Amino acid sequence: MATTASLDDNKKLWGGGVEPMKASYGKLMMWFFLLSDALTFSGLLVTYGFSRFSHNVFTGDVKDFVFSADYWPIPEKVFTHIPFFHINAPLVFVGLMTFILIMSSVTMVLAVEAGHRMDKEGVKKWMLWTILGGIAFLSCQAWEWSIFIGGIDGVKANLTSNPYGPPLFADLFFFITGFHGTHVLSGVVINILILYNTSIGTYERTGHYEMVEKVGLYWHFVDLVWVFVFTFFYLV
Amino acid sequence: MAHGHGHSDHGHVVNVLPPDKAKIRKIWVTALILAVVTGIEFIFAFTMGRGALLTSIFVLLTFVKTFYIVGEFMHLKYEVKVLIWSIVLPMLFIVWLITSQLVEGDAIHQLRTWWSTIGGN
Repeated sequence: MATTASLDDNKKLWGGGVEPMKASYGKLMMWFFLLSDALTFSGLLVTYGFSRFSHNVFTGDVKDFVFSADYWPIPEKVFTHIPFFHINAPLVFVGLMTFILIMSSVTMVLAVEAGHRMDKEGVKKWMLWTILGGIAFLSCQAWEWSIFIGGIDGVKANLTSNPYGPPLFADLFFFITGFHGTHVLSGVVINILILYNTSIGTYERTGHYEMVEKVGLYWHFVDLVWVFVFTFFYLV
Repeated sequence: MAHGHGHSDHGHVVNVLPPDKAKIRKIWVTALILAVVTGIEFIFAFTMGRGALLTSIFVLLTFVKTFYIVGEFMHLKYEVKVLIWSIVLPMLFIVWLITSQLVEGDAIHQLRTWWSTIGGN
């Protein structure tokens, strides 16, 4: 354990032993992992910007827009479907996905809050809601992918061609939302493990629920990435 | 062994504290702010013309949301300064990444335009 005696001699310098950033090793490493992951996602989103800037833009009025491989599509013209209704509803479904992910972030902080109070039942309840939110988001994404791949009037979208615009548009759709979806999927799996550990009393025995905080950091980060994907892929 | 508000596990009693009302309220207020900002983005997306102004507003509102998610939900606002800067400062690299790649992309667009005017494909 920490030897605090050396700290008393020189309060300014870190003498080892206790945490210099007042955060545990595990939490710090999660932060630095998220930093590197943020750089990875930046790479993907900047690639989107690069590709978009290197292609022609549609110069006419938005309501006159037609799909063509000659220029970059306007996202709100591509993502117009919602389940069960055959109406033109631009960006409504992504809006719903954003809402689901924000709500699952809220339930995650509530799980962390319950953990601080050693409230096992509270942690279990809120972790379960968070997992359900994650599964709901993934289901939405699966539906959106199927609509996107289904294309327009029998012309399907794949990595080499698509009915919406230049090939790179669909490529980046698959890579960016796919890489984010993979993060959500692994988040759901990790959350299930944490719920299981909570249920069997692992954290009650160790005396704290810090693992819930650590996966919480990861989960909020995934939510944050979606906020950026939402803005730079769907809105702009 | 287990009595009162605690439950027992292998002999020791766990003391469950009551919910922190102020903290939970703050969580919901943060969620409301995130939802409202997203709502504003939606309204702007369908009422404003596309262009540099709209893009700037979107970027600004995205940073507002980032501040609340990272600051409140991820609790970074309340960590020690060294930790905050260790995470925030490396992000500055991305500013250059964005700048350089958008300039590059634009240069390639000009080359492509020039290439098609002289009959290439």
